[in-house]
Amino acid sequence: MSDHNSNDVLRRDPRAEWIARNRLHPLHGTVASSETAEVRGPSGLLRKNPHKVGFIGPNGIKRIDRLKGNAAATGKGRRSGAAKDVQLPLHKVENPDFYIVVVPDMVGGRLTAHDKDIIGQAHKLISGIDGNGAVLAVCFGQSKEEHFDTAGVDRLLLLDDESYEGYCPEQRLEALVQVESAYKPQFWLFPDSVNGGSDLGSRLAARIGERPAVQVWQADNQTVVCRGAGGTTDITRNTPRLLMLAEECADPIDETRHEAQSVTLDAAPVVVAQLRDRGQVAVDPNAISLAEAEFILSAGNGIHNWDQFHSAASVLGATEGASRVAVDDGFMPRFRQVGATGTWVTARIYLAVGISGAIQHMQGIGQCDKVIAINTDAGCDMVKRAALSVIGDSEAILGELIKLAEDFRAQQSAGGDRDAA
Amino acid sequence: MQPNQFKVDVASKLKIVSLVSVGKHPQSGRVRRSDQDSRAVELGLKLTGDNRSGESLTVLHAGDPREQSLRSYAGMGLKSVRVLQLDPSADAILPLGQHLLQCGADIVLTGVRAESGESSGMVPYQLAEKLGWPIVPRVANIVSVEGGVAEVLQALPRGQRRSVMVQLPFIASVDSAAPEARQSAFGPASRALMDIEVVSASVDMTRESWEEVPARKRPKRLKVVKAKTAAERFKAATAKSQGEGGKVMKNESAVEQAQAIFDLLKEEGVLR
Repeated sequence: MSDHNSNDVLRRDPRAEWIARNRLHPLHGTVASSETAEVRGPSGLLRKNPHKVGFIGPNGIKRIDRLKGNAAATGKGRRSGAAKDVQLPLHKVENPDFYIVVVPDMVGGRLTAHDKDIIGQAHKLISGIDGNGAVLAVCFGQSKEEHFDTAGVDRLLLLDDESYEGYCPEQRLEALVQVESAYKPQFWLFPDSVNGGSDLGSRLAARIGERPAVQVWQADNQTVVCRGAGGTTDITRNTPRLLMLAEECADPIDETRHEAQSVTLDAAPVVVAQLRDRGQVAVDPNAISLAEAEFILSAGNGIHNWDQFHSAASVLGATEGASRVAVDDGFMPRFRQVGATGTWVTARIYLAVGISGAIQHMQGIGQCDKVIAINTDAGCDMVKRAALSVIGDSEAILGELIKLAEDFRAQQSAGGDRDAA
Repeated sequence: MQPNQFKVDVASKLKIVSLVSVGKHPQSGRVRRSDQDSRAVELGLKLTGDNRSGESLTVLHAGDPREQSLRSYAGMGLKSVRVLQLDPSADAILPLGQHLLQCGADIVLTGVRAESGESSGMVPYQLAEKLGWPIVPRVANIVSVEGGVAEVLQALPRGQRRSVMVQLPFIASVDSAAPEARQSAFGPASRALMDIEVVSASVDMTRESWEEVPARKRPKRLKVVKAKTAAERFKAATAKSQGEGGKVMKNESAVEQAQAIFDLLKEEGVLR
């Protein structure tokens, strides 16, 4: 009888309960961790004990991790960026059945955003065709690109001989004709850009007798939509073998890593070029509009010697820019202002002297590739954004830079005279 | 890049042909002289010595001779416009190539892209391939023609120019960076002669299957944030664009610092 009762009656241990309530009790851990099984309520719902969520922090304060283990990624400092580098899954193509050839522009030796869109388009075309397809990128000239793999290049044909340097469309065309006969690509994709993609694509189309689709902004295996009549009409037509694609035609590859296996080409015959490249001619950098200038020397509040700044810009051959403060103080004209209220620049190199980097200014230089900062404050936003930061007095550094540039120009003109003689 | 700086020693013998097409105003859609083609005519007029007779400049059009926009080319000071009459839907490459060979052109100027039709910009390339002549794309100016070699300034992106030497005869497509075309005057335009030659050309069959509609607005690319947690989404929405953390030179002397900047500028190829 008493045995039977003892099973029914719920015996409470007030001391254990007290320890369980008191999280500062030395035995609290042993009591709390004893119940690990999930608790179901009378209606079958999972009951969570809110007192057991989280953990006790170093100061005895309860901490709840609501980031589900992602807290490390939001940590501050520069280290977090490196820690977040995850290895993307490798996309392998062995013995491809067909190729899609992409000829990127490689402005400044690197893949442009336009090039990456087109590689993404190539993968979209491959996914619509049965069989193993590989994207073959044909790149001319010296390459500084390090991320062909994450851009989506399966095979890489790098033609960086001397004969492909400079402006040599005829030589490049000859190499592409070789690629055509060696790989018989399913599609040829070119960026429809002023950086040479449209020129090379048109040359190849004329040579192999293909009628290209230009200014394509939507493409699949059956039909393409391209702009016609100077961009005022949309033409829907069957997909030809050679496409010249507009910007943002497809999304770039971002979830896979590719092999970027290098392949070689039997040496293309050296053609006798009818066009002879005489190199770029000097243009007045300040005649180029700020929005499209390639190299900008920009001045901010940290500049005191304005004559020196102007002479630095002229000897470096840079277009002049300025921050809002420099313009407001009357040192530079308003149309030279870079930033949210001024011009949004697209320079490849942006050399910021004495600009600490207000957010409006940083928005204006958002599209710049490389930023170089000269500043006295090592903690400013411009230094965080810059690829190379130099901490010191801007006047001394600009003075040294002018000397170096003048030496370089003197050497150049001496070399030019020797060539002429 | 002064307009009247070029030297032409054989201008009397030099034969320049400007190919023109029917333009279309980008906003109103009205028929007009095409912007780049009129720049090509302007360049041709300047090369032939600007003597108003335009004797060694032929302005050539393949299509309908009754087209009104041809008159606005003529209004730039031409005595006549040569028209190869054919159906506007026909393929003009073959008759154009034959005509260029017959008239012995030295320099053929075209626009980069037409403002009507397919506007693929392939005409100069196909002509060059057919005739075996070199093509110089996106020309901003022709500096000089001496001894059968022309020095041409090519327009590059970001306002840059490249100098290219090319043998005559050649084809050049004229960029929008070329000198602006002069005004078209109504009187000379109505007086100009239409020199018509009827040619036969095959109809472009491929184009008949195409579907042409007014251009749709292209959808803007959305910024897709592939964040898994609220904190990542918040960070993506608010974070300033910051580099991965570049090189910082703090304690070096000014000489070393300037050298580092100079080396980077040289490596990137902006010091020319």
